[in-house]
Amino acid sequence: MIAAVQPTTTWYLLLAAALFAIGAVGVMVRRNPLVLFMCIELMLNAVNLSFVAFAKQMGDIGGESTVFFVMVVAAAEVVVGLGIVVSILRRKPSANTDDLTELKG
Amino acid sequence: MELFVFIVAGLMVIGGAIGVLVRTHPVHAALSLILTLFGVAVLFVAQDAQFLAAVEVIVYAGAIVVLFLFVIMLLGIDRAEDLHIEPFKIQRPVAIAVGAGLVSLLGLAVIASRTHPVPVVTPSDAVAAAALDPHDGNIRALARDVFSDHVMAFELTSVLLVIAVVATVLLARKPRKGETYIASGSTQ
Repeated sequence: MIAAVQPTTTWYLLLAAALFAIGAVGVMVRRNPLVLFMCIELMLNAVNLSFVAFAKQMGDIGGESTVFFVMVVAAAEVVVGLGIVVSILRRKPSANTDDLTELKG
Repeated sequence: MELFVFIVAGLMVIGGAIGVLVRTHPVHAALSLILTLFGVAVLFVAQDAQFLAAVEVIVYAGAIVVLFLFVIMLLGIDRAEDLHIEPFKIQRPVAIAVGAGLVSLLGLAVIASRTHPVPVVTPSDAVAAAALDPHDGNIRALARDVFSDHVMAFELTSVLLVIAVVATVLLARKPRKGETYIASGSTQ
């Protein structure tokens, strides 16, 4: 009976692993700084998903509190990151990550 | 039923993530990100984390993605990126190989830890025991945890947010005439 199969914590963890890997590949291959930030959000969401799955399994609300703080820090990170991107792109309107080589030795 | 919810939400999550990865247009990537975030919110509800699901939709899909779209439109970089230009020929295959290795290693670790399960830690105090009780309510349990055990971290996040806002205003504003301000391009 297929309706009897319940998704377990393992399924959620495997889904989170796949989401994290897709985000990591995105950070490695994409060149638009905004899309890089979106891929970082994907990885953060994968970690949040596994935190919530563990909180459910362990019966401990601490995992959900951690997700709450991760969301706050992610919001702050996006705000500062987008500020940096705005100030870079104002100088070079079509910059991608290959053009930002001022710090190269 | 739970299986059906998991499959649909999982397809939303993976499909949206692949959309962020392969769509060349930044606006399309942002909209794919919204699909992923909604899928994650559905999975949160399926895991009895109702408050976090609401926060996921409001903060992530509402505020953060709108901020992305706002920056895309503000800077006028809503052009498709040409994915055929490839400065390093080897980079994309290597990245895909690293991603495949990452997902298989993480998957093996998860499955190996499931076959040798750790003993489930029984929550010690009454707060943790009542945490995921549906009669008590997810929001009340989360609030009790955040405002009692983690109240210092909560206050520090407010400081962090203020610092982030001030830093962003400093970074993104245009310098006034005659003012040399290194972050916004005094070299122009």
